[in-house]
Amino acid sequence: MVYGDAQAMLLHMIEKRIVMSQPHTDVAKQVRAIVDDFGGDPDYMLQILREVQERLNWISPAAIDALEIALNTPRTKIEAVAGFYAFLHTTPCGTYRVLFSDNISDQMLGNMSLLERMLAKLGVERGKTALDGLVSIDTTSCTGMCDQGPAMLVNNRAITHLTPARIDAICELIREQTPLAAWPAQFFQVDDNIRRPGILLNHHFAPGEALAAALALGRDGMLAQIKLANLRGCGGAGFQTGLKWELCRNAPGSAHYVVCNADEGEPGTFKDRVLLNAHADQVFEGMTLCAYVIGARRGFLYLRGEYRHLLDALNATLERRRAMGLLGKAILGAQGFDFDIEIHLGAGAYICGEESALIESLEGKRGTPRNRPPFPVTQGYLGQPTVVNNVETLAKACLIARHGGAWHAAIGTAQSAGTKLLSISGDCARPGIYEYPFGIEINDILADCGAVDVQAVQIGGAAGVCIAPDEFARKIAFEDIPTAGSVMVFDRSRDMFEVARNFTHFFAHESCGFCTPCRVGTSLLAATMDKLKEGKGSPYDFDEIKQLNQHLLLLSHCGLGHSACNPVLETIAKFPLAYESRIMHSHYVPAFDLDGALATARRLTQRDDSAAHLEADHE
Amino acid sequence: MSEHSFTLDGKHVAFQPGQTIIQAAMEAGDYLPYLCYHPDLKPHGSCKVCSVKIGNHVMASCTTLAQDGLVVESDIELIQQERLALIQMLFVEGNHFCPSCEKSGNCQLQATAYDMKMMSPRYPQFFPNRPLDASHTDFLLDTNRCILCSLRVRASRDIDGKNVFGLSGRGIHTHLIVNAPSGKLGDTDFSATDKAAQVCPVGAILPKRQGFKVPIGRRIYDIKPISQYSVKERNKT
Repeated sequence: MVYGDAQAMLLHMIEKRIVMSQPHTDVAKQVRAIVDDFGGDPDYMLQILREVQERLNWISPAAIDALEIALNTPRTKIEAVAGFYAFLHTTPCGTYRVLFSDNISDQMLGNMSLLERMLAKLGVERGKTALDGLVSIDTTSCTGMCDQGPAMLVNNRAITHLTPARIDAICELIREQTPLAAWPAQFFQVDDNIRRPGILLNHHFAPGEALAAALALGRDGMLAQIKLANLRGCGGAGFQTGLKWELCRNAPGSAHYVVCNADEGEPGTFKDRVLLNAHADQVFEGMTLCAYVIGARRGFLYLRGEYRHLLDALNATLERRRAMGLLGKAILGAQGFDFDIEIHLGAGAYICGEESALIESLEGKRGTPRNRPPFPVTQGYLGQPTVVNNVETLAKACLIARHGGAWHAAIGTAQSAGTKLLSISGDCARPGIYEYPFGIEINDILADCGAVDVQAVQIGGAAGVCIAPDEFARKIAFEDIPTAGSVMVFDRSRDMFEVARNFTHFFAHESCGFCTPCRVGTSLLAATMDKLKEGKGSPYDFDEIKQLNQHLLLLSHCGLGHSACNPVLETIAKFPLAYESRIMHSHYVPAFDLDGALATARRLTQRDDSAAHLEADHE
Repeated sequence: MSEHSFTLDGKHVAFQPGQTIIQAAMEAGDYLPYLCYHPDLKPHGSCKVCSVKIGNHVMASCTTLAQDGLVVESDIELIQQERLALIQMLFVEGNHFCPSCEKSGNCQLQATAYDMKMMSPRYPQFFPNRPLDASHTDFLLDTNRCILCSLRVRASRDIDGKNVFGLSGRGIHTHLIVNAPSGKLGDTDFSATDKAAQVCPVGAILPKRQGFKVPIGRRIYDIKPISQYSVKERNKT
């Protein structure tokens, strides 16, 4: 696209406006203060940039100048990180940054018409900053509010239950430049929606109870109970938790680390948000248990940026636990048992849920998955042995400390002990959190959440599997359908092609860009799905999709690329009709739209008459 | 002679423990195509062009350690197809105008495509809008041709100790940046003696006032295909 003079001037005006309100020296001073808060440590690069973004509203060239000096780090490294995360901006953006969650569950609840409504009301183009620099409006990947959508983020604060009336009210608040803190509190209300509690969600946890039990058992005894419990990772992969802790404990290193992975980015999952809201003590205590077993002194909670609203309460919980002697030096009086936890916030990057990318991000870098092996248990954070566990896994470790491994192992199925939290959304009467023993049938889940006339269930998020009605007797368990717990329900009114197309765009947006097949392949896949949607599909494109899927599966560097093809492969196999209706042409039709290419010229000349269009497409 | 070996397409290849598959294969004089690998730099594993089949898995040979008894397949249809797809992806992702490119004939991307008998880029072009930077006295930076192999980034950081280059953005928007507030190469301390000036496999960075010194037709890969050069000769271009 031609970079118009008007646009350049506009950008200049916005920059001037912002620069004028933030004189250079003032920016340098503020940046310096932020860097000092983080001890001047470049390992905190992402946290520092996030803070600069939050306080100065963008990461301006002046801010980067100041960071370069304060951190003694080349600007290539600073810009490399700033450019990677979706919530960091190196060009001026609106004082109010509105991002509509664009998961398929939000789309099904009408997020797009609300987005259009807001654009029209405020006279803004999607993805562009308004003339006066007041607001920018765009979409973002699933924000984890699927049970109370459509949802949005305004300056990284979650707003749920969007309706046309709520949108109108938000437009008014923005126009009046009301500070976010003065917006109605109910806009920001996030419900837990716990519909079916089980052993984990029903447990009335007394802070310190699991640690006291662990100290009584001793380090080896505690580890033995975790192993006996047959606890497996709840983030999706299902690795044996006891074995992970043992491998890490036994790995030589100058320090050991515990990381709680709360980068809950898989579309349709939100159970970790609920655990961190309602059971944060138990999650932190699970981390402390792990620290006790592996001999760690530092731990990190990596919280996705979309859950910024939880940060203050979580920090308060940490503070309270320190005061109670449950964190810090000599925990519960045990000499040498020193451990503390800090919270790192993500900034809009799904890939950071992958454990090695998460560790890169913790080290203040771009969230690029590492070459593995070595695995984090031997070389993780700062190259030292590190356990990375999901929020739910760590919370469950507390139950095991309390009730013993045998108790836990007896629940569920042979290979899948205990319970699983499911995040249920989509076409059902009662979306929310459901806790079931492993082995539960899809049929039973659907009955419980009030889903009728179901066409399909997407389990495990965009990267998961799509289940058709003839498979509803299948079970949630590592023996059958393993999952981190995302369950999205689609009734017969839904177009499964559109579901898959949404997911392909998700993966293209979230690809880290490191490896060729995923960087280019996910974009090609999304573009081909768009071509089918536009009615330009032919059998050739169908074959092309299958080939792209093979390239992604065979060549990609990490799980994102491997699973980017899942939604398409699954829906092609199970809902072929949704695709066949898209194969409109028997012969190849180019995706390139000659008339569409004239759109820029039409806009510049403000013409839209018939002479400004090419004749209608001819076959 | 090392007592350790694996097989590559049925042929025994000796290796020293710690060597990757591509290192051992090249030492033995076998060709595996690659773009983001360089013998003087730490393996990166991003372009995936050196992928080989080991058992049921396709792995990047530059980041996979050689192990005794591994059965590595390279010259098979599956791998050829996959590598070709990668090269085609790289051609449509950037803007590669081979006929007018000064690097033509010395370019590893072009030469690898010829060697794989690529007939067309297959995929629809992305036609990205990428800047041209002629600000440096001695070099032209044309990111249209950049394939994001990060060789210059790594060479500048790990060998030159300068951090002149970096990759920013994410996904399909990943792009090369330089270490100057202006974003211009001319405002950095980049120089002709830098290792980073010598590692680009494509024509993203070109020395000025050298244009067509060697005429088209007499350049390194005009003479014989890339697969017939040793690794040392290849990395001279």
